[in-house]
Amino acid sequence: MADVATRPVSGRPDFSKVSFGALRRYYVGEFGASTANNLAYRGAVAIWVVTTVIQPMVSIVVWRTVAGPAGEVNGFTSAEFVTYFAITMLVDHLTFIWLMWEFEWRIRTGAMSPLLLRPIHPIHKDVCDNLSYKVIGLVGVLPAMVLLVIGFGGDVSGIGVVQVLTFLPALVLAMAVRFLLEWVLALSAFWLTKVSALNNLYFSLFLFLSGSFAPLAVLPEAVRTLAHASPFPWIVSFPVEVALGRRTGAEVWVGYLAQLGWILVALVLLRVVWRRAVRVYSAVGS
Amino acid sequence: MTAITVDRLHKTYLVPEREGGLRAAVGALVRRRRREVHAVTDVGFTIEPGEVVGFLGPNGAGKTTTLKMLSGLLHPTSGTATVLGHVPWERDRRYLGQMALIMGQRNQLQWDIPVLDSYKLNQAVFRIPDADFKARVEELSELLALEELLRKPVRNLSLGERMKCEIAGSLLHAPQVLFLDEPTIGLDVAMQRRIRSFVAEYNRRTGACVMLTSHYMADVEALCRRVIVIHHGRLLFDGALEELVHRFAGDKTINVELADEHPLDPAALGPLVDGHAVERSATGFSVRVPKAETPRVAARLLAGLPVSDLVIEEPPIESVIEQVFEATSAEVDGG
Repeated sequence: MADVATRPVSGRPDFSKVSFGALRRYYVGEFGASTANNLAYRGAVAIWVVTTVIQPMVSIVVWRTVAGPAGEVNGFTSAEFVTYFAITMLVDHLTFIWLMWEFEWRIRTGAMSPLLLRPIHPIHKDVCDNLSYKVIGLVGVLPAMVLLVIGFGGDVSGIGVVQVLTFLPALVLAMAVRFLLEWVLALSAFWLTKVSALNNLYFSLFLFLSGSFAPLAVLPEAVRTLAHASPFPWIVSFPVEVALGRRTGAEVWVGYLAQLGWILVALVLLRVVWRRAVRVYSAVGS
Repeated sequence: MTAITVDRLHKTYLVPEREGGLRAAVGALVRRRRREVHAVTDVGFTIEPGEVVGFLGPNGAGKTTTLKMLSGLLHPTSGTATVLGHVPWERDRRYLGQMALIMGQRNQLQWDIPVLDSYKLNQAVFRIPDADFKARVEELSELLALEELLRKPVRNLSLGERMKCEIAGSLLHAPQVLFLDEPTIGLDVAMQRRIRSFVAEYNRRTGACVMLTSHYMADVEALCRRVIVIHHGRLLFDGALEELVHRFAGDKTINVELADEHPLDPAALGPLVDGHAVERSATGFSVRVPKAETPRVAARLLAGLPVSDLVIEEPPIESVIEQVFEATSAEVDGG
């Protein structure tokens, strides 16, 4: 019998240094594990994707009725509403975060403990889980987006190569802003073992102020002002409007900078709040 | 250098408290009452590298809280501790990389993917070189008979199989300190024995320091020469297992087998055993007597009865521990 393998190893890995090679290997492994998990529950994922598609359909029907066949609402024609909500669906799918519920479950059941025992920050696992779900969901959401535009006669005249190329960085930054902000918010579960009520308040605000419910242009001035003081428009409204060609030139750069600014704010908050959260953590169960 | 040093460790939880009923529920909206619960009070000990120490106490004694502090999951209210030269709750990655906490009731492996895939993930997390990883998986699967299980998803394993896989998964990074919290809970006797002999073998091969809590005294007797007993968060005893029995067991049991069909007359037996309660068996009887009286009672029995066999036993460790806890509970309740 080999009598060597579990002996203390002479050269233990040096965890004091960040190793990008090790991190890359971890990401590949965790992404694979998440994907295997998601595929094991493909039925549930499919239902989530269908839910993602139904909401914009309802919005399209409502706003087309409001605008009327030839009319418009604050610069949005019926056909533009269709494209707006179709792209919003894509952005929403790619930026959606469910961590606030996940954290509540982790803390209540004690599932947080194993994550805290590993020599790697738990946020990396969530990044992988998130990306995996989104990549798998794209298989349903992308064709659904095209079908919505074709089926409801969306206006794609403003979308060209330039719009797509400027949309992509806006989308990636939007994903980062929302992921980091909601990761920090999810940490509230360390203090409040039941955070569902807080989550519902947050999501109601998000729905209105991000542009998911309606383009910000058609909302009252006061709501628009409030929205722009929050990070929400930079998560949905901004990337969608860049894709539609409604934001150009300097506006795009201002948007990127705003997104980067919010990322910075979220990172600082994350650092401060995470330390405190771990300190107050009292693992459930004896 | 000692592996674990704990000094005056103290953990107090603040728990919300209210009476039952609607009235109290409404009252709690206005004014919340909180109560301090002293989970661990002034606990201190040191453990040398390579030691296997049993950590005993009834439910709610503070065992798991102590282990969680030592593994960096909880911050203490006061006191200090170092494990392998690190303060555990600072959660230095260098510490987490050479420590493992295995909890019998917690699932650390991924539920829906094959066991081996979870292990590969641990390889990446703990930065284990390929050659070491391969050798350790081979060795651990040989010691724990995992070969058949490695390719099955965790959800398809039985409780015992899962526990074996959990333990192996937690040891892939060859931890130098191992905290085992009820590792055999809910397992059948054969599986308990397997896990027990594995832990002993792991300790022998690696020289890792092991701290073990268990409600099964067989685990403790098989693995730990030293035990630390806590109750109501306080340290009651720290020393050799035999010494615990010696110090706290007030009685011994005398088992007597009689030569032939001797009609045992309880009235005649009474004076021989000083009136202590006698438990009859098919071929004789047993009686529990205070330790100091044992030689005298045994001599009297041998002289007065046709004895074919007489054995004097220490009480089972379970009952000793039970006595210790009962005695201290009475002290606490009484004062």
